[in-house]
Amino acid sequence: MAEQDERIAALEALARERILVLDGAMGTMIQSLRLDEAGFRGQRFADHPRDLQGNNDLLVLTQPDAVRRIHLDYLEAGADIIETNNFNSTTISQADYGMEHLAHELNVAGARLAREAVEEVMKKDPHRPRFVAGAIGPTNRTASISPDVNDPGFRNVTFDELRLAYGEAARGLIEGGADILLVETIFDTLNAKAALFAIDEVFEELGRKLPVMISGTITDMSGRTLSGQTPEAFWISIQHAQPFSIGLNCALGAKQLRPFLAELSRVADTRVSAHPNAGLPNEFGGYDETPEQTAAQIGEWARAGLVNIVGGCCGTTPLHIRAIAAAVEGVAPRDIPPKPTGLRLSGLEPFELVA
Amino acid sequence: MNGTFVNIGERTNVTGSARFRKLIVAGDYEGALAVARDQVENGAQIIDVNMDEGMLDSEAAMVKFLRLVASEPDISRVPVMIDSSKWSVIEAGLKCVQGKAIVNSISLKEGEEQFVQQAKLIRRYGAAVVVMAFDEEGQADTADRKFEICKRSYDILTGKVGFPPADIIFDPNIFAVATGIDEHNNYAVEFIEAARRIRENLPHCHVSGGVSNISFSFRGNDVVREAMHSAFLYHAVRAGMDMGIVNAGQLAVYEDIPENLREAVEDVILNRRADATERLVEIAESYRGGGKKREIDLSWRDASVRDRLVHALVHGVTDFIEEDTEEARQQADRPLSVIEGPLMDGMNVVGDLFGAGKMFLPQVVKSARVMKRAVAYLLPFIEEEKTGDVQEKNGKVLMATVKGDVHDIGKNIVGVVLQCNNYEVIDLGVMVPSATILEKAKAEKVDMIGLSGLITPSLDEMCWVASEMKREGFDIPLLIGGATTSKVHTAVKIAPNYDGAVVHVPDASRAVGVAGQLLSSTRGAEFAEKVRDDYARMREAHARQQMAADRVPIAAARANRAPIDWSAYRPVPPNRLGLITLDDYDLSEIISRFDWKPFFATWELAGRFPEILEDEVVGEAARSLYNDAQAMLQQLVGEKWTVARAVAGFWPANAVGDDIEVYADEDRSSVLAVFHTLRQQMSRKGKKRPNLALADFVAPKSSGIADYIGGFAVTAGAGIDQKAQEFKAQNDDYSAILVQALGDRIAEAFAERLHERVRKEFWGYAPDESLSNDELIAEAYQGIRPAPGYPACPDHTEKRTLFDLLQAERNAGIELTDSFAMWPGSAVSGLYFSHPESRYFGLGRIDRDQVEDYARRKGVDVATIERWLAPNLSYDPAARDRAAA
Repeated sequence: MAEQDERIAALEALARERILVLDGAMGTMIQSLRLDEAGFRGQRFADHPRDLQGNNDLLVLTQPDAVRRIHLDYLEAGADIIETNNFNSTTISQADYGMEHLAHELNVAGARLAREAVEEVMKKDPHRPRFVAGAIGPTNRTASISPDVNDPGFRNVTFDELRLAYGEAARGLIEGGADILLVETIFDTLNAKAALFAIDEVFEELGRKLPVMISGTITDMSGRTLSGQTPEAFWISIQHAQPFSIGLNCALGAKQLRPFLAELSRVADTRVSAHPNAGLPNEFGGYDETPEQTAAQIGEWARAGLVNIVGGCCGTTPLHIRAIAAAVEGVAPRDIPPKPTGLRLSGLEPFELVA
Repeated sequence: MNGTFVNIGERTNVTGSARFRKLIVAGDYEGALAVARDQVENGAQIIDVNMDEGMLDSEAAMVKFLRLVASEPDISRVPVMIDSSKWSVIEAGLKCVQGKAIVNSISLKEGEEQFVQQAKLIRRYGAAVVVMAFDEEGQADTADRKFEICKRSYDILTGKVGFPPADIIFDPNIFAVATGIDEHNNYAVEFIEAARRIRENLPHCHVSGGVSNISFSFRGNDVVREAMHSAFLYHAVRAGMDMGIVNAGQLAVYEDIPENLREAVEDVILNRRADATERLVEIAESYRGGGKKREIDLSWRDASVRDRLVHALVHGVTDFIEEDTEEARQQADRPLSVIEGPLMDGMNVVGDLFGAGKMFLPQVVKSARVMKRAVAYLLPFIEEEKTGDVQEKNGKVLMATVKGDVHDIGKNIVGVVLQCNNYEVIDLGVMVPSATILEKAKAEKVDMIGLSGLITPSLDEMCWVASEMKREGFDIPLLIGGATTSKVHTAVKIAPNYDGAVVHVPDASRAVGVAGQLLSSTRGAEFAEKVRDDYARMREAHARQQMAADRVPIAAARANRAPIDWSAYRPVPPNRLGLITLDDYDLSEIISRFDWKPFFATWELAGRFPEILEDEVVGEAARSLYNDAQAMLQQLVGEKWTVARAVAGFWPANAVGDDIEVYADEDRSSVLAVFHTLRQQMSRKGKKRPNLALADFVAPKSSGIADYIGGFAVTAGAGIDQKAQEFKAQNDDYSAILVQALGDRIAEAFAERLHERVRKEFWGYAPDESLSNDELIAEAYQGIRPAPGYPACPDHTEKRTLFDLLQAERNAGIELTDSFAMWPGSAVSGLYFSHPESRYFGLGRIDRDQVEDYARRKGVDVATIERWLAPNLSYDPAARDRAAA
């Protein structure tokens, strides 16, 4: 696919030139639509035996216009890369709704909608390329943490189950027209490794590769992922995938995320991304940070040379993305450090043996 | 070569460690994890895991062990080396590790195709790789062959597979020397030479090997083996070997090897003389059976005084606190600056770690002990200075265990946690009447009152304190805590009595958050309002639930009593009727029967014992607490801090309706006392389950069968409370809480032991019983010992009847308070039932018809009974009274 190769080349060129802007929260925007159960079901799933309200990914089938509208809002706000609405479109996550059989279709449709939105905007402004990142979420299970405190050896999902589910998602996203695959909100690195394993298999099958963005989640101020890794150990664990970028998103606001982002930025020999929440949640689970507040923090990261790609996660809106895009405009992207030559390994913590 | 050397722990290898193999084969994964932990603690930077054992399902063992390792952060912080000669085991292992591991190993043994395929997969799994110097022709033993195979492997990996050279580790085969076979004498030299050539010619790669192979001939002589390992490494590392699988805990320091041994060992390693082996064998005899000791790490003593104080606070170390505090005082401009500076800094670190879930309650309480010691040391200097100004506190909290209740472990813990977080705590102690609480609250102008209680009557007393606070015009927040309190009870029963904020605090860790929010000038009102709304909703839900629950009239419940066929059963008469007293009971015998789980629960550490000691999250805290508890128990027994006492009694008895008549003798004509029992009234609707009362387990008088009942009261003794007071006076709340918690365990274990002896000897209805401690804890025996005040018979006032029968005050030194709590606090009492079908149950809620009947049987007015049974009433007596008015 020559057209796609061109787009990948354009993406790499653009990333050398300036800091790229990702979009903001999809969930927050969907919530503001205040859809009821019937709204989620649409006609096609009117008789589905389980409740579907809250299955945001389903909206790519039942409310495609609304999802496309959100994509357009983010593109118009200044996003270079928009994420497909497929955070939970794996067989594993969709099983909660009894919709695992739709996983492939959801991914294809989600990528197509985002593609349509990008093409619509580029028709008006053909000189500025925009990209579709196929979103691959963490699923609701963890491969290296037991859900049963009394049985630490127990797992409710295996590497191979995850590998198959992620493979199906990746295939669908590529089929629907994604330019990039974004494995994000990683709280258990073993899940991510299964996703990357699957993606590599799919690339081999198709005989071509897409850029892969990887983004982990530091769950609290301990500065570790849920499965206990430090940012550097996390990077070492997934480095073999040779990703387009490595980054952090969700759980924390920009202010809390900074030290962990700085650690990652110091060690990663690839591009660094970050899309934080709009601050920490308040007592009612909402987010209070204004676009100006978020953008001020992210602007500081840019000037400090910490980032190559920025955007927003929970609680951020097109207004946040507009402010973020303005804040990083004209600031040079972070320089990518040279590849180190030592043996690097990781448990929960990094290990390095310099030759 | 710079001589860097990475040691890889070898002990978690079933082929190399007999101990580890035994643990894994026996399924003792806890023990196996301990081996891994030990390796890491001893400095292993990577752990090698090998499950290649014929008796094992190696894949399953690899998966299970790696998953368990994943939940032990102190082990899984280091990378894993997945070691197997079977590819399927390696792949199963790779699917279990989130970090970047090393595969040990692959080789050209089966040809290039398989080698490439496996290497590609390893890359896809994101691991580094060990490549053995092994090819289609076999394992290399000369330096030339070793290098040749490694070079070929390197070229394939970096060329065809795209493997990063830094991720390639060569193992050029370490073989045993000094075997007595001359061909083996040069093996170490060949390895060292190969290592040199590999590192010089193959950029970025690494050289490793299984070091203990070299000394295989000297199994059983650890001194010589360690010396051989050290000497071998000394030379191999200089040649370029930069990793090795070793026993991290056992590596002699090269310089420390005795001169003659070192020379003999080096002769063997470097193949320097023909008789090297014989000479080493000779010398080895004199080095049999050496050992080593570990030292406590005191490196933190080298830091600055501020850092030492912070370290002492975070780690709860009191050993040096006074000298460090003195040093800080000399450096500070004023003694108070030491508190405001380094000590508060340290406590802030503790507070942050606790808030972040990285420290646990026992550790925080220990920190508080260090803080108190330091402050106590500084106080005289501060007094001397008489500056008058004191550090601004976050707030002043008055705490009390309410009237009639003596339980205060939980309250003490909350007090300590609040103090750690810079609250001033005024602790009025136990059995504090409402008037005292209010008077003191006014005089001290406190910002908040915290009430605690463990037994159910305390709940009522709390309602009373709340209503008195309203009457007296208080508006400060009221916190409610203690084992029987609940959010629902607080919402439904306590909060309506008071206009100010009433908040239930479920455990100590929440206390600081709640207090902070309530006293916040900005968010206080909002928080209080939120709680108020939450509780109002809860009251509504509760009211709805009340209406819905279905109960049957007491007459119907009695008709559905436990279906025991008395005609087929002959009760066993007790071996001796009347009272038995056990004074000064052997404490060590009691301690051996501890059920530790509730002990940890007291400290808000949840989990089974002994698994909790290895728990991923709370294990460290639990181990440290457990060690302190064991040390204190030794002292407690050795110095005889307390005297455990008990009284038990056995009497002829028969059931009359729901009552149990206790007779003076076998004539059964003179009634000594009557126990009144309560019956479940929940609707059983077709389910074949009885409505139980304890009276069901004693033969009815009408049956003419001679049955019996027993009773008991045990205590860990007054020494426990005395000791707790002493510790408090020494500013050692940690030990005070600890001794009380142990006192409670002693009382419980004593009750359990006494019950066992009752079953086997005193009453003797189960003389042949033989159960393990775990089975005893699981109550796998015949008969029960329910206590008045607990779920089967929630009426605390029945304790009076029991205590009169036992003359417990005189025979065991246990008294009852106004609320029928026992004093000393570490005490247990109850009734004994022997029938095989007797079992524990919960009364649940009962209707007014039974309450009226029960009041009549006891000869007390209904209102009194309603007060004692408040938590078990299906109705709200106050609502009824309001309706009537």
